[in-house]
Amino acid sequence: MMRKYTDKKNVQKKPYYTDRFWVAPQIPKFDVSSDEVFASDTEALKANFEIKKAYIQRGQLVVYINAGENVEVLTYLRDKLQYNFLSEHSAIDWLAKSGEFEIFYQMLSTSKRKRMRIKFFIKEKEPIRSISTIYKSADWSEREMYDMFGVIITGHHYMKRILMPEDWFGHPLRKTYPLQGDEEASWYEIDKIFGKEYRDIIGPENRDSSRIDEDDTYNFSRIHHEVSFGAKPSKEIVETDYQEEGGVFLVKKLKKADSKILEERP
Amino acid sequence: MAQHKINYLSEAGLPVALTTVDKLVQWGRSNSLWPMTYGLACCAIEMMAAGASRYDFDRFGTIFRASPRQSDVLIIAGTLTKKHAPFMRRLYDQMTEPKWVISMGSCANTGGMFNTYATVQGADRIVPVDIYLPGCAPRPETLQYALMLLQKKIRTQSASKKLKPKRLV
Repeated sequence: MMRKYTDKKNVQKKPYYTDRFWVAPQIPKFDVSSDEVFASDTEALKANFEIKKAYIQRGQLVVYINAGENVEVLTYLRDKLQYNFLSEHSAIDWLAKSGEFEIFYQMLSTSKRKRMRIKFFIKEKEPIRSISTIYKSADWSEREMYDMFGVIITGHHYMKRILMPEDWFGHPLRKTYPLQGDEEASWYEIDKIFGKEYRDIIGPENRDSSRIDEDDTYNFSRIHHEVSFGAKPSKEIVETDYQEEGGVFLVKKLKKADSKILEERP
Repeated sequence: MAQHKINYLSEAGLPVALTTVDKLVQWGRSNSLWPMTYGLACCAIEMMAAGASRYDFDRFGTIFRASPRQSDVLIIAGTLTKKHAPFMRRLYDQMTEPKWVISMGSCANTGGMFNTYATVQGADRIVPVDIYLPGCAPRPETLQYALMLLQKKIRTQSASKKLKPKRLV
């Protein structure tokens, strides 16, 4: 039997368990002036763009910029500040908290041996400009971001889903997406292969991994109590030999009772 | 000229074996099961091990074929994702009758530990399955045993009559 469905819409707002006295540890943040290279980088950025916030965390520079300036900032970082490698790029879902996505670009400078992170916030349906022309590695990560979060990207040359099938409904990495899939996802393969009218014949997915039905002889057979497909379950013990009597032409059945165990090698 | 002196009545019996057409055909079928070269996840590694020299599927007349048109058995070896499900069904449909399906490993049987949005919860939602093979991943011996049980099952089926139509799934 399926477990009772519980609504999982506001899981981010209402956690199942909260410790009132728990204070989440924060990784300490340092001022940018504590590192020479980062201080000069931040100065250069501040001279050209609006910088909302900048600090150093775990030895990496974190800079918050305006959402509209991502292409210009990254072009500047690549051409002027030698950040030549975009190692990671994705989004963080803060929709339940503030209705926003946090977009981050993790950069590496192989000549300076420094890592920095560019961040900004966008609203749920606010499009951002593609940076795949500046960094080739952003090509697939932007597609993944669209696929998993539904962040809309303009100016990308092939904006399609990368992991999920193209006719998939919803964006699975959003916090509101149920882990076991929504209604659309649970019937996806049935609808696609057989058509919607087969939903009744095939039935819903069994999502309860602890479900055991002893009387079900359609899907399972009890070991040593096997019966034919769909027959009534029985208590009788069935011998399960591999060889059947008179089964294979020219092959004799091994009779275990007649076999002899030798004390030593002849 | 060599003189063969064989007493047919006392030694190996007459050089004639009586059997039925059914048995003969199904004996032939069960001993030349050609599975498709089709691996989905880590179970495929065990399937390859079963096919290689140590476990040697060839002893059962089981040779992996690279085309569904030449295959009799579909071994679903691994996690079946929802994105891949239509392709697997298409491969199954391309196989010629008679055909059999072995669902190998927990993932193919029930979705296994992948109780998520992207995994098909049991390959039997897509194709009719003959043998469910438990394990994560099953050892090559287990796959061999499954194949032997499938051979046994085939020998009990009738060749002369039209195969009983299978359920859609």
